[in-house]
Amino acid sequence: MKQRDLAGKPSNFHFLLVLLPVALLLLTFPAEAANLAPGGADSIAWWVWPLALSVVCFFLGMLAVPAGVGGGVLFVPIVGSFFPFHLDFVRGAGLLVAMASALAAGPSLLKIGMANLRLAMPLALAASISSIAGAMLGLALPDNVVQTSLGVTILGIATLMVLSKKSEFPHVQKPDALSQVLGIHGVFHDTISGKNIPWQIHRTPAGLVLFLIIGFLGGLFGVGAGWANVPGLNLLLGVPLKVAAGTSSMILSMASSSATWYYLDNGAILPIIAVPSVIGMMIGARIGAHLLTILKASVIRKMVIGILLFAGVRTLLKGLGIWI
Amino acid sequence: MEPEIKQPDEQLPYAAVMHWSTLAGFIVLIASFVAYVLNWLPASVPLEQLPHLWNLPTAEYLKATGTPTGWSWLFMMGKGDFASLLGIAILSGSSIACIVAIIPTYMRAKNNTYIAICVLEIIVLLLSASGIFSTH
Repeated sequence: MKQRDLAGKPSNFHFLLVLLPVALLLLTFPAEAANLAPGGADSIAWWVWPLALSVVCFFLGMLAVPAGVGGGVLFVPIVGSFFPFHLDFVRGAGLLVAMASALAAGPSLLKIGMANLRLAMPLALAASISSIAGAMLGLALPDNVVQTSLGVTILGIATLMVLSKKSEFPHVQKPDALSQVLGIHGVFHDTISGKNIPWQIHRTPAGLVLFLIIGFLGGLFGVGAGWANVPGLNLLLGVPLKVAAGTSSMILSMASSSATWYYLDNGAILPIIAVPSVIGMMIGARIGAHLLTILKASVIRKMVIGILLFAGVRTLLKGLGIWI
Repeated sequence: MEPEIKQPDEQLPYAAVMHWSTLAGFIVLIASFVAYVLNWLPASVPLEQLPHLWNLPTAEYLKATGTPTGWSWLFMMGKGDFASLLGIAILSGSSIACIVAIIPTYMRAKNNTYIAICVLEIIVLLLSASGIFSTH
């Protein structure tokens, strides 16, 4: 009975029981392998790391889509904690992973109306400006400060995922003046109900401030912003959940781009780390989209929360010098 | 039967440019990376040395390897590690091309607010790409 309560149905719970240890084993494998090898991480052939990175990213991509988070938020704490790469390069790769995923999904979302440009553009402008500021601060701060703050942020994101409610079709009684001036509204076709759903938004000024903060954190930690964009659009502005998820990709593609340029200009993107990550994540995300049809999204979401808590604690302790 | 929904005019040109620029970025990214790791294009920092270097902070890595910053990599395309950055730059520049593509749509609609937002976003992305904020 308890199994049914936790996972919805026994098969999902059994899948979770198998997949969670496998995922944790995969995540900790690089660090353990480095510790066991004579001479540490340096003695392992160079190609082992990018290969292991693409395999880990494949699994992260598989989980990120059904869990409704961007790949970056899983990538940075996990790769930063368990691989021998410096956090600067991990954050640069994390931004690229987030941007590439958003760019790949964008065209189809725009064509079917699940992403709305008029909604995305003003918020992306705010997030783009602040993400450059975040990137500048991130590369200037001491490592332990960034690592500790990242650990706290990841634990905060996991808590947000546990606590936040979702509203499929939020009720917006009256659009605010700014959203009317900007002409932000739309209609999307809900395939489940077969109906066309009109939508409008409210609290636009507060939304602009929120996206300034989200952009800053995305640039600072290289974690993308899908984890914050969707609840911000859905719960604060009143955007229907599916349009919020689609529009989040558009905002992410622009905001991550401005921070990625900064990391690229400063030599903080190493192709040997960034490219295998992008390839692994993209292939994994395609499988993840299919996973949604055979598994309950809530099961994957619980698993991702578990991984985030684990990676957050590890990152925090590494930053504090307790678990190096 | 619900009537078919017409998307705002700017969505389709944005989607088209996004599709093609992203595809071009991925092709260049993967092709140059394969050439890099298979040593078809020699690397400026030998691959075997990377495990001793990728754990350094960016500033120390740049100093140890003599890697240039800013746009210098564009003139070193014969090196595999710099050639791999071209795909990343195409992907990063994709949003600029997409926004440029929709400005004529907003101009036809005389939507000055969104023309201004587009121009501001392009300025932000170009400033970021220019390296003006670069610290090295």
